[in-house]
Amino acid sequence: MLEKGQEMNSAKRREKIAFVILGLITLLIVVPIVLTIFYVVKNGASAISWEFLTQPPRHGMKEGGILPAIVGTILLIIGTMLFSLPLGILSAVYLVEYAKDNLFTRLIKLSVVNLSGIPSIVYGLFGFTLFVVFLRFGTSILAGSLTLAIMSLPVIITATKEALESVPFAFREISLSLGASRWQTVRYCVLPYAIPGILTGTVLSLSRAAGETAPILFTVAAFYLPRLPHSVFDQVMALPYHLYVISTQVPNMPAKISFATGLVLIALVFLMNLVSIILRAHYRKKKLW
Amino acid sequence: MVAESVIKTVDLNCYFGDTMALKNLNIEIFKNDILGIIGPANSGKTSFLRALNRLNYLNPNYSQTGDIIFEGKNIRQIPDGLLRKKIGIIFALPQVLPISIFHNIAYGPKVHGVTKKAVVADIVENSLKQAYLWDEVKDRLDLSATRLSGGQQQRLCIARTLAVEPDVILYDEPCSGLDPISTAKVEDAMRELKKDYTQILVTNNTKQAARVTERCGFFLMGDLVEIEETETLFTNPKDKRTDDYITGRFG
Repeated sequence: MLEKGQEMNSAKRREKIAFVILGLITLLIVVPIVLTIFYVVKNGASAISWEFLTQPPRHGMKEGGILPAIVGTILLIIGTMLFSLPLGILSAVYLVEYAKDNLFTRLIKLSVVNLSGIPSIVYGLFGFTLFVVFLRFGTSILAGSLTLAIMSLPVIITATKEALESVPFAFREISLSLGASRWQTVRYCVLPYAIPGILTGTVLSLSRAAGETAPILFTVAAFYLPRLPHSVFDQVMALPYHLYVISTQVPNMPAKISFATGLVLIALVFLMNLVSIILRAHYRKKKLW
Repeated sequence: MVAESVIKTVDLNCYFGDTMALKNLNIEIFKNDILGIIGPANSGKTSFLRALNRLNYLNPNYSQTGDIIFEGKNIRQIPDGLLRKKIGIIFALPQVLPISIFHNIAYGPKVHGVTKKAVVADIVENSLKQAYLWDEVKDRLDLSATRLSGGQQQRLCIARTLAVEPDVILYDEPCSGLDPISTAKVEDAMRELKKDYTQILVTNNTKQAARVTERCGFFLMGDLVEIEETETLFTNPKDKRTDDYITGRFG
C-alpha cells in the first residue's frame, strides 16, 4: 500500500511539473502582447487629447491631430467589410452546402488556401493594376477597399467554411426531412449556428486589413490630406500608412505622436474585437445550444 | 373492403457506390397500415425508409433503379419538398434543433409558408397532443428542446413531423436509445396515430414489431425475405431464415 501511495505521489508531482512548464510556455505568448501594449500606452498616452482625435495634422504633421487618418481607416474597414463579407460568406456557403466534390471545387478550395499565402504587397500591386489603372478607379477609397477585401477573403472563407462544417449534419437532415428547401435549410438551420465562428474569422481578417500598409500604399493612402473625403473616389489618409510616414519620412518627429497614432490604431482594432465578442455572446445566448 | 395502396415499390434497387443496399424490392404499403420492418444490421432497412422520401440522395454516392409509387404517382415527379412533407421521418436518435420546444415544431409549418401566429400556435398544440407530449411541456414551450429527456425529445420529433401534416410517417428504429417506459409512450403514440396516418416502423427489436405492427417484413442483406401478417410471421414463418432470426439464432 505504501509503495502504491508513493507511486501516486510521484505521478502527481510529475503532473504538477508538467503543468507549471506548460503554464510558463503559455505565459510567453502573453508577455509580448502585454509588453507591446504597455510600451505603446506608456509612450503615447500623453499625446492623446481631444484635439489629437478631432483635428487634422498641422505644421508638417508635428502638431494638430490625426482625424483624417482615423476617418480614413474606419472608411476602409467599412468598405472592406461591404465587399468581403457577402462575397466570402456566400462563397463558403456555396462550397460547403451546394458544391459537389469535383475538380472545379477542389480548384477553388486550393485557390483559397493559396490566396492566404500571398504577401500583402503583392495584393497592393494587384489592386493597383486592376482597380486603380485598369478599371480607372484611381487611388481611391473604392480601390483600396477592394484590394483589402480581396486580401481578407481567404480568411473569411476559411473561417466560414469551418464554422459551417462544425454545424451537425443532423440539423440539415431534420430540416430537409421536413420538406424545407436547401436554401431554407442553410438560412434557418445552419447559418444561425455558424455565426459565432463566422464573426471570429471576419473580425480577425478585418483587424488585419485595418492594420495593413502595403495593400493601401498604391491604391488609396494619401501622404498628407487634411480634408475629409467626399466620395468613394477620393484618396484618404490611413492610420498604418500615416504611422509609417511620420516614423520614417518626417525628421524630428516627436516619438510620442507616433506612439499615440499606434495606440489609436490598436484601440480601433480592439473596439472591433469587442463588438464581435458582444455579438457572439448575444448569439450564443439566443441559440439554446 | 380493398385496402388502398399508399406506397408501392417496383423492382427497387439501391446502391451506395458499388455496394448494393436493396435488391429488387417489391413491396406495397396500405393506408392506415403499421408496417414493421425487422432484420439485422446492414440489411437495408434504413436505406428502404430513406429511399421513400429520397433522403438517400443526401449521400452523393447514392443511386437507384426501379420505381416508387406514392399515392398513384411516381415520386420522381414529386418535388423533394412536397414529397418529404407528405412522407415524414423519425430518426433513430432523437434529433432536436437547439431552439425552444415551440420553435422546433413551428419550423416545419414556417418553411411551408404558415406565418399566422395563432395558426402556428394551434398546430404546435395539436401536434404535441397527438404525440402525447402536450401535458408534459405545455407550461414550458420556451424551454430549449435539448433539455428534454430522450423519450420526450423523440416524441417532440414525432410532433414536429406531424406539424407538417404528412400522410405517411417513417420510423427509423425510434426507440433504440430509449428506456422501456419512454418506449411504451412512443408506441402508444404510434397506435393512436394509426387512425389518421400510414406508418412504417423499422426496428431492431422484434418484440416491438410484435407489439405495434400489423404486417411485418423481414429484410436480410438487402432482400425482402418475407412479408406477412405480423402474427403469422412470428408464429409460423415460411422462410427458415426468418425463423432463425426471430428465434434469435443469429442477428
